Amino acid sequence: MSNLLQFSISEALSLLEKKEFSTKELVETYINAIEKTKDLNMYLTKCFDQALEQAKVSDQNYLNGNQRFLEGIPLGVKDMFCTKGIETTASSKILKKFIPTYESTVTHNLWKEGAINLGKLSCDEFAMGSSNETAAKGEVINPWNFEEKRTPGGSSGGSAAAVAAKAALAATGTDTGGSIRQPAAFCGVVGLKPTYGRCSRWGIVAFASSLDQAGPITRNVSDAALMLQVISGYDPKDSTSSNKDVPNFYNDLGKSIKGIKIGIPEEYNSDGISSDILNAKDMTINFLKENGAEIIPVKLPLTKYSLPVYYIVAPAEASSNLARYDGVRYGARIDGNSLDEMYENTRNLGFGDEVKRRIMIGTYVLSSGYYDAYYLKAQKVRRLIKNEFTEIFKQVDYLVTPTTPTTAFKLGSTQDLLTMYLNDVFTVPASLAGIPGISLPIKLDKNKLPVGIQILGKDFDEQGLLNVAKVIESCASFKDTPNGAAS
Amino acid sequence: MSNADQNSNYISGKTGDWEIVIGLEIHAQVLSSSKLFSGASTEFGKDPNHNVSLVDAAMPGMLPVINQTCIKQAIKSGIALNAEINKYSVFDRKNYFYADLPQGYQISQYKYPIVGEGSLKITDTNGEDKVIGIERIHLEQDAGKSLHDQHPSKSFIDLNRTGVALMEIVSKPDLRSPEEAASYVKKIRTVLRYIETCDGNMEQGSLRADCNVSVRKPNGDLGTRCEIKNLNSIKFISQAIQYEAERQVEILENGGVIDQETRLFDTSTGETRSMRSKEDAHDYRYFPDPDLLPLELSDSQISEIRSDMPELPDQLVERLISEYGITKYDANVIAEEKEYVQYYEDSAKNRDGKLVVNWMTSELFGLLKKNNIQFNQNPISPNYLNELVELIENKTISGKIAKDVFEIIFATSKSPKMIVKEKGLEQVTDDGAIEVFVDQVINENKDKVKEYLSGKDKLFGFFVGQVMKVSQGKANPGLVNKILKLKLK
Repeated sequence: MSNLLQFSISEALSLLEKKEFSTKELVETYINAIEKTKDLNMYLTKCFDQALEQAKVSDQNYLNGNQRFLEGIPLGVKDMFCTKGIETTASSKILKKFIPTYESTVTHNLWKEGAINLGKLSCDEFAMGSSNETAAKGEVINPWNFEEKRTPGGSSGGSAAAVAAKAALAATGTDTGGSIRQPAAFCGVVGLKPTYGRCSRWGIVAFASSLDQAGPITRNVSDAALMLQVISGYDPKDSTSSNKDVPNFYNDLGKSIKGIKIGIPEEYNSDGISSDILNAKDMTINFLKENGAEIIPVKLPLTKYSLPVYYIVAPAEASSNLARYDGVRYGARIDGNSLDEMYENTRNLGFGDEVKRRIMIGTYVLSSGYYDAYYLKAQKVRRLIKNEFTEIFKQVDYLVTPTTPTTAFKLGSTQDLLTMYLNDVFTVPASLAGIPGISLPIKLDKNKLPVGIQILGKDFDEQGLLNVAKVIESCASFKDTPNGAAS
Repeated sequence: MSNADQNSNYISGKTGDWEIVIGLEIHAQVLSSSKLFSGASTEFGKDPNHNVSLVDAAMPGMLPVINQTCIKQAIKSGIALNAEINKYSVFDRKNYFYADLPQGYQISQYKYPIVGEGSLKITDTNGEDKVIGIERIHLEQDAGKSLHDQHPSKSFIDLNRTGVALMEIVSKPDLRSPEEAASYVKKIRTVLRYIETCDGNMEQGSLRADCNVSVRKPNGDLGTRCEIKNLNSIKFISQAIQYEAERQVEILENGGVIDQETRLFDTSTGETRSMRSKEDAHDYRYFPDPDLLPLELSDSQISEIRSDMPELPDQLVERLISEYGITKYDANVIAEEKEYVQYYEDSAKNRDGKLVVNWMTSELFGLLKKNNIQFNQNPISPNYLNELVELIENKTISGKIAKDVFEIIFATSKSPKMIVKEKGLEQVTDDGAIEVFVDQVINENKDKVKEYLSGKDKLFGFFVGQVMKVSQGKANPGLVNKILKLKLK
């Protein structure tokens, strides 16, 4: 059999079923690929032994015709997901050597359906960042033009890079303000942030509880549908998870988009947006028109408040969510002469700068005397932003925007934090509104870097989102492979 | 209420009278087998860190899920306290660092509590009814326990209590004396025990109170208050309030001002001391817990609980008075504990309610107290008390003999009828037999008879006593009277 790395999930599943190759061969190929791409610094923890053990089980299941939904598919897992018996650090020193005794609902659902865990993928510390530069074990290198050392984006940088570099067939990510979609765009892969509540947050290290949502990062749209199918669903252990029915996303793919209405928000057009990205947007509009969709320019005037609102709400929740990392029960502890000193030492050395910055911002905006002016006001504006989306979705079915204002920048090139935060300007509004969004690659820019386009839809309309994405995907026919990928 | 009555609550100082103003925050542990947001057990007395779930220990990625039993219990308590049940309430995070607070925040209710304003009728210092306003009841998690005395240099943490559901019942500042405060806490405890939403065991910490105390000139403006934290007995509550009020009066009368602060009560000295000042107060950074949706209750949910409510103490007191013809005072004593009520109603079946209540509250309670026995270890069954009273009612034995029988039941757990029969204690109601006793007494006391006949009427009691003595208490006192009067003419 030729190179097994080339196959998508759906292709691999059908070839495994036909016994064209074994799960063991597939897993070994990926283990090999991970070794070949280790300079990209994507994996924090490798689970090769367990993966090979699991492969035996999968092969047996194929032999007996008992194969499950994702039987034998080797995946990478963002280090935000707690994995039973496997170190889970959220890319932070403070959780060094933390080994959960439990498995997150999302990963549990994947393993239950036969998927195989290759290891844990790097991300920004506690998912706070857009470049993977805040990871305790160093940044991940984007496999595109890898010699230029560009960012894979963040926070799910390791996940997107691994999928692009063929060091995982697919990966899990989490998205709080764009952490799945932005790295997917930077790495030329598909990233889907489901509706808030679609997937359980149980067992995912919390960053900002009202925004965090797990989702798949995959090679193509069909694979995203397959993954989403497995990780979605109500979880009684997460009070914010939804009991809405989970459609058969994969089987229902491929519907015509004739007559659907696509809104193009004029506000998603920041200064400094590159002509390549604008061109990708125009290409997408043309694909949609060619397939019978109606293109409607729309206005979302509150978009400009999204970033400020996000940088109040997310740090506020984070400041409280991260209080549990105090050195008392698990993770790192740096002793001191008193309880307070132990807290200070542990948290000072355990957290990186960006995490500390956000804890401080969050603590400030919740403080008495500032709460109303910041947190409460931000929550009000957040509701208005949600309402604005609700209104616009009465006029159009989907929105199409660039995923990011730029393509992948060079690691270490962004000194200015505000510029860094601006990277999330197109992804944050959907996070605040809780609506689903998907990013998929359209083309390469003049530097041979992928350009992503984002589609946003109504609450729980991931199916429609995937259908539109599938149409765009087949028109764009993006087939390039990064030079840093394993082969 | 007259002014004179009111005054009995005042502290008289050098500059005149001072009125104490008290508001209580009672923390009542919700009766429920599992914790407020986790499935861990709430059983008391387990080994340290035995009842701890991943959620309680605040492991990464763990999420709280509301325990519906605790919600029901809070609603039930609200209904029992005549309070408004809020159909919309919100759980907030109260953020602070402490070693026995694993999450780094306590989940509580801040702006939108589950229960709003209500009221509770208590008996005030003068035995009159007084209505105390309830401000709100909210649900919150308890913290864990730090143990500082287990190791010379380390502190240990026990998370068994972490996450156990508490109801914080906040009163209005309507209480005016330590006695009223005690009466209020007792009544709250009685009510919660009745409806089985809290076991009220103060020694085990299931019911604790924070007391807000201030003093003012009668009917003047409210003074600055101090909060005394975490009192776990009714006695300590009264003592702490009394001490604190006197402390404040002394400061004010010497020209000082009261600092608003949190104070601790030292049970060994009976004094309060400063714990932290207002300036050092935590900024708890309350905000709605994003892991939990707002709690929305339907009308049908609330009315279902309402229709299922057991009889409340106040209703019970009314019923006891009308059904058994006992006094309000007695009814209140019986109503104090559910087990008293059960006992009383069982033993008063077909009997004179007044007689039974007297036997229960004076003889039975007295014996239990004397022998230091808990009511639930009571050796006299309601059937036996019922039987005993029956023997008195049908004049088989006299009240005096009954007391002896009662003590024998207490010691032997034998039935009253059997004791009376074995010991031949039946009352003598035969005129002829009593006449014999009377004659004997008259013969043996001829001098006294003379004196009596010459006008010393008071001696009649002496003769009655002698006849009873001779009859070993078995003679029917009514008949003794009648026959003596006839014979001594």
